[in-house]
Amino acid sequence: MGPRIGVLALQGAFREHRRHLESLGAQVAEVRLPADLEGLHGLVLPGGESTTMARLMTEYDLWAPIRALHDRGGQLWGTCAGAILLSREVQGAPPQFGRQDSLGLLDVTVQRNAFGRQIDSFTTELPVTGLDAPLPAVFIRAPAFVRVGVGVEVLSEFEGRAVTVRHNRVLATAFHPELTDDNRLHELFVQQCLVPT
Amino acid sequence: MSDVNTGTPALKQGFAEMFKGGVIMDVVTAEQARIAEAAGATAVMALERVPADIRKDGGVARMSDPKMIKEIIAAVSIPVMAKVRIGHIVEAQILQALGVDFIDESEVLTPADDQYHILKSEFKVPFVCGAKNLGEALRRVGEGASMIRTKGEAGTGNVIEAVRHARTVLGEIRAIQARPAEELMTVARDLQAPYELIRFVHEHGKLPVVNFAAGGVATPADAALMMHLGLDGVFVGSGIFKSDNPERRAEAIVKAVTHYQNADVLAEISEDLGAPMTGINIDDLIPAERLASRGW
Repeated sequence: MGPRIGVLALQGAFREHRRHLESLGAQVAEVRLPADLEGLHGLVLPGGESTTMARLMTEYDLWAPIRALHDRGGQLWGTCAGAILLSREVQGAPPQFGRQDSLGLLDVTVQRNAFGRQIDSFTTELPVTGLDAPLPAVFIRAPAFVRVGVGVEVLSEFEGRAVTVRHNRVLATAFHPELTDDNRLHELFVQQCLVPT
Repeated sequence: MSDVNTGTPALKQGFAEMFKGGVIMDVVTAEQARIAEAAGATAVMALERVPADIRKDGGVARMSDPKMIKEIIAAVSIPVMAKVRIGHIVEAQILQALGVDFIDESEVLTPADDQYHILKSEFKVPFVCGAKNLGEALRRVGEGASMIRTKGEAGTGNVIEAVRHARTVLGEIRAIQARPAEELMTVARDLQAPYELIRFVHEHGKLPVVNFAAGGVATPADAALMMHLGLDGVFVGSGIFKSDNPERRAEAIVKAVTHYQNADVLAEISEDLGAPMTGINIDDLIPAERLASRGW
């Protein structure tokens, strides 16, 4: 029996994550309300628009329940907008919002749209620590981790900036593995969710 | 250093995937763009006049003033889209030069070309185009559109045409899935659509790109209805800033798209929003006033 993994389904590329995770044998639940988090071993926060997702997380009181899932040993993985939501500090939020809300579970400073607007979005082959061959990586208005705290492991960099980081049951990628056919990172995450904590 | 590619179909279509389950709102000022962003819009569409005003004022509707678009780009961190007239290659080049994130080749503006659409694959910036049926949608994808929106009848606050076009596109997809493979070339001929894309639809049961609803969405229930029918997200134009309380209505429509399957949430968010836009009965429109019939 595969692990039970939630995918935050407020908005964005949640169906793509769902497809990858199910192909690897996970039981997937779409998370829109706090009750949807019950019994999960892990949660994926997908790509999309971080301001929209943060706003809906406040509206539906999801912040504390997601932190509680992590506290009780749950694994978390954020891709692009999802990575922003996991970070301790967010740079580049619209000024009228003040500080952008985030879960703060990963001790990094994330810079939104670090590589430019849509016209600057790019794909590349990215070497990632722990994978035997480079990963096809899709960077769409992507963020970068511009400060990395003590103990945070940097698994890949692009142009000198960290784009994959991991620490304390939290994985964050600035790009979109869910948009490619390569599911090695999903496989890694599913395996992590099977490890008893 | 490994190879880096920009402006590829995968990047353009992948970007459109990020809007899914979201609401894209028409705005005409930086202030409205900030309201839309605060309400949870996944993108804003910058235009000079919302469709309801284009209907009222008449005249030729064109690409917006670059100054206004720049102000809106500076005002928000979410993606900014803007409209060009059908076939207006130079308006599209200007928007790309401004750094707009997505271009809408839109029948809501007055068409510049009555024969040909823009060859969108030539641009680095992704395009969204309207469609009333599957053949039209696949012709636009064949030209390089990275996103489709069903046309609806913009600026009416009347959802009937959006429903009609969504049901048409989705019904035609289901019909193609049911056909044996040897019939697909004839299907392509009948729909006037590229054969390879017909084969994609046959195999996957969906368009090759994200498909949003548009035109006439005025209430949270309208937005949820379009999601219920099977679309990926919703464009809202006049419905927000022509209503009594744009902030509350915008927020409610965003939530309705997320929770479209949860009637308890929909009941709660539909309450006490103030008056929606007045709306127009489409039967009262003379054919020349119908925007959805533009595009070919």
